[in-house]
Amino acid sequence: MEAYFDNAATTRCSDGARDVMVRALSEDYGNPSSLHGKGMEGEKHIREARKNICRTLKAKETELVFTSGGTESNNLAILGAAMANRRAGMHLVTTKIEHPAVSAPMRFLEEQGFSVTWLDVDRDGLISLEQLRESITPETILVSIMYVNNEIGAVQPIQEAAEAIRAKNPGALFHVDAIQAYGKYNIHPKKLGVDLLSASSHKIHGPKGAGFLYVKEKTKIKPIIFGGGQQKNMRSGTENVPGIAGLGQAAKEAYEMLQEKQEHLYQLKEAFLAGLADVEWAHPNGRTGRDSAPHIISLTVDGVRSEVLLHALEERQVYVSAGSACASNKPAPSSTLQAIRAGKGALESTVRISFCPGNTLEEVEYCLGVLKEAVPQLQKFSRR
Amino acid sequence: MFKAFLIKYGEIGIKGKNRHLFEDALIRQIKYALKPVEGEFQVTKEQGRIYIEALGAFDYDEALASLQCVFGIVGICPVVLAEDEGFEKLAEDVAAYMDARYPDKRKTFKVETRRARKSYPLTSMEINAELGGRLLHTFPELKVDVHNPDIMLHVEIRKKINIYSETLPGPGGMPVGTNGKGMLLLSGGIDSPVAGYMIAKRGVKIDAVYFHAPPYTSERAKQKVVDLAKIVAKYAGPIYLKVVNFTDIQMYIYEKCPHEELTIIMRRYMMRIAEHFAKETNSLGLITGESIGQVASQTMQSLAATNEVCGIPVYRPLIGFDKQEIIAVSEKIGTYETSILPYEDCCTIFVAKHPVTKPNLKIIRRSETHLQEKIKEMVKTAIETAETIIVEADMDP
Repeated sequence: MEAYFDNAATTRCSDGARDVMVRALSEDYGNPSSLHGKGMEGEKHIREARKNICRTLKAKETELVFTSGGTESNNLAILGAAMANRRAGMHLVTTKIEHPAVSAPMRFLEEQGFSVTWLDVDRDGLISLEQLRESITPETILVSIMYVNNEIGAVQPIQEAAEAIRAKNPGALFHVDAIQAYGKYNIHPKKLGVDLLSASSHKIHGPKGAGFLYVKEKTKIKPIIFGGGQQKNMRSGTENVPGIAGLGQAAKEAYEMLQEKQEHLYQLKEAFLAGLADVEWAHPNGRTGRDSAPHIISLTVDGVRSEVLLHALEERQVYVSAGSACASNKPAPSSTLQAIRAGKGALESTVRISFCPGNTLEEVEYCLGVLKEAVPQLQKFSRR
Repeated sequence: MFKAFLIKYGEIGIKGKNRHLFEDALIRQIKYALKPVEGEFQVTKEQGRIYIEALGAFDYDEALASLQCVFGIVGICPVVLAEDEGFEKLAEDVAAYMDARYPDKRKTFKVETRRARKSYPLTSMEINAELGGRLLHTFPELKVDVHNPDIMLHVEIRKKINIYSETLPGPGGMPVGTNGKGMLLLSGGIDSPVAGYMIAKRGVKIDAVYFHAPPYTSERAKQKVVDLAKIVAKYAGPIYLKVVNFTDIQMYIYEKCPHEELTIIMRRYMMRIAEHFAKETNSLGLITGESIGQVASQTMQSLAATNEVCGIPVYRPLIGFDKQEIIAVSEKIGTYETSILPYEDCCTIFVAKHPVTKPNLKIIRRSETHLQEKIKEMVKTAIETAETIIVEADMDP
């Protein structure tokens, strides 16, 4: 049996998304900017994708910018908002558990003279609304908070955060990195009070190399890529038509029967955790109930280095991540685990299990069996 | 503008009656190095030099870079070829060459002519004098200096006329294949690829053995070793790489022996297995990247303990090198960037906090007796299940 439990790193592209991409690559290959019929056909794919995505967000079709993926969406939101609003203030707020696609542009802005407040999180990885309120000043132009943490699945109180920001400084923009949340939850940015929202295609069974940024109408941001003026100047460069078409299809599919899928994911998660209740060596990080993300489990395994465990599982066709695979393969201690004050053991010995709706309870059982066989073996040979 | 290369080789020239063997090996290595280069080349040996002529268009930079990886080459002279259409034309060609190569003419020069074709109407001395005079006339800023010129302008009268004035450095050493074969213990670190390079430089063909320990080491760690072997193969020619699964042996030692002796005992078994492969494939020695005192397992005492199990010589070309010196070579040969990629190798993963630095041979031997029950079988299995990868030089960076 094979169990691919690394869906927070990336997912298998759905057949529907693949099929529409093949059409966009082989038949409707025109450049959307071309005036002839072939160009129209390319543009049609983009319109279709835009319509499908906006339906899931309850957003206007003018509020979407297609990008090359989550990292670009985050960069566009943060750098774009900072550049457009720096006359109003030079202060930004974010958290200590953001993905590098948020924290790195933030640090870049620090070098450029902006000041950034890095919010703490508690042991479950949750921010304090109190601290958020205190951090916001009249100088604050942007707050960026991730919806679902990619490493431990912590879910932030986005709506309450939005209210807190509005109350203190109605001019400050609110960006949400929803890359691990889009497709798992119903997310309606306008209702939530969110101005900018990032999502990625390959986390929701779409192709790699595509994503979007929701930009609420009248929100002031500047582009970060300049050129031919496509997408109303917000993102120059010929649109990645196949990628966008695949993303649109994947988004549509992700939101079909969302409740059922969510329920299924929680059942997988609960079965997995229940299966480990009788062993002493497994410790989940963060919350594990229905107030945590349905698809992510962060698990510390005593006395086995995460990389070793990962390769041992791999030998039996179980695929998981060490810490966070998305942050490349540098063996640097996870900043999220540090922020939730996990011990040294956890920093070295944590794996992330992440599901998709296609995973089954049988796969979970299989993985549990493999774990229970492998871990005691590996523990014998840890560094003495 | 260059259409040929004249290859200068040093040490080979003094190898007496064996000289032709060395030259033939050098030609073979040159042909191998030029194989992936865009263009077609004719490599010939004549009068104590090797001569490479490009047949048609070719990529000059690529060809030069490849030649600079061939051991045995001391110098590479890029040559301009001119048809023999009389002396007047030759004088024009030489002037054009000087003009193109040396835009700044405030230099001293000397013309050095060789007449391989003795039927040419002028003697070498006459050509020297006549060309020198004409160059002085055409470029008044040039000056002649026959003792220590800035530009030594060579003119060789062959079937075609060769004009060259620059010698670019080759890597030196001796052509690979002229000095037998050695078995390199290759890890993913900085040292062992450098050790392989240095021994290959002395004309030794290289085979290699890598010990991996899944799941403690990853597929990526193995890929990294293959990548390193590829880079070494640019200099050493194709490398037969044995990949040995060492996990069971390592675990068994871990279980049965004192932990602080683990690394030494492990290395003794690596040496034994490497020696087995060496003998099987006619390698005359083992090659390691050890350097005295670099880590606990490389003190004099530790080296003596690992050396003891080997019946064939162990060559340690880095033995007196400091780490910085090793890094400098690895940067020069292009292995450094790959070596520092962060994947565990099996030496680091089980390392004790305080390993022995002065192992006592008697004690090590006694510890090894604890392994009697299964170790022979395990070593046999490791040898039998080893995978062989033929690693060819990859000319892509």
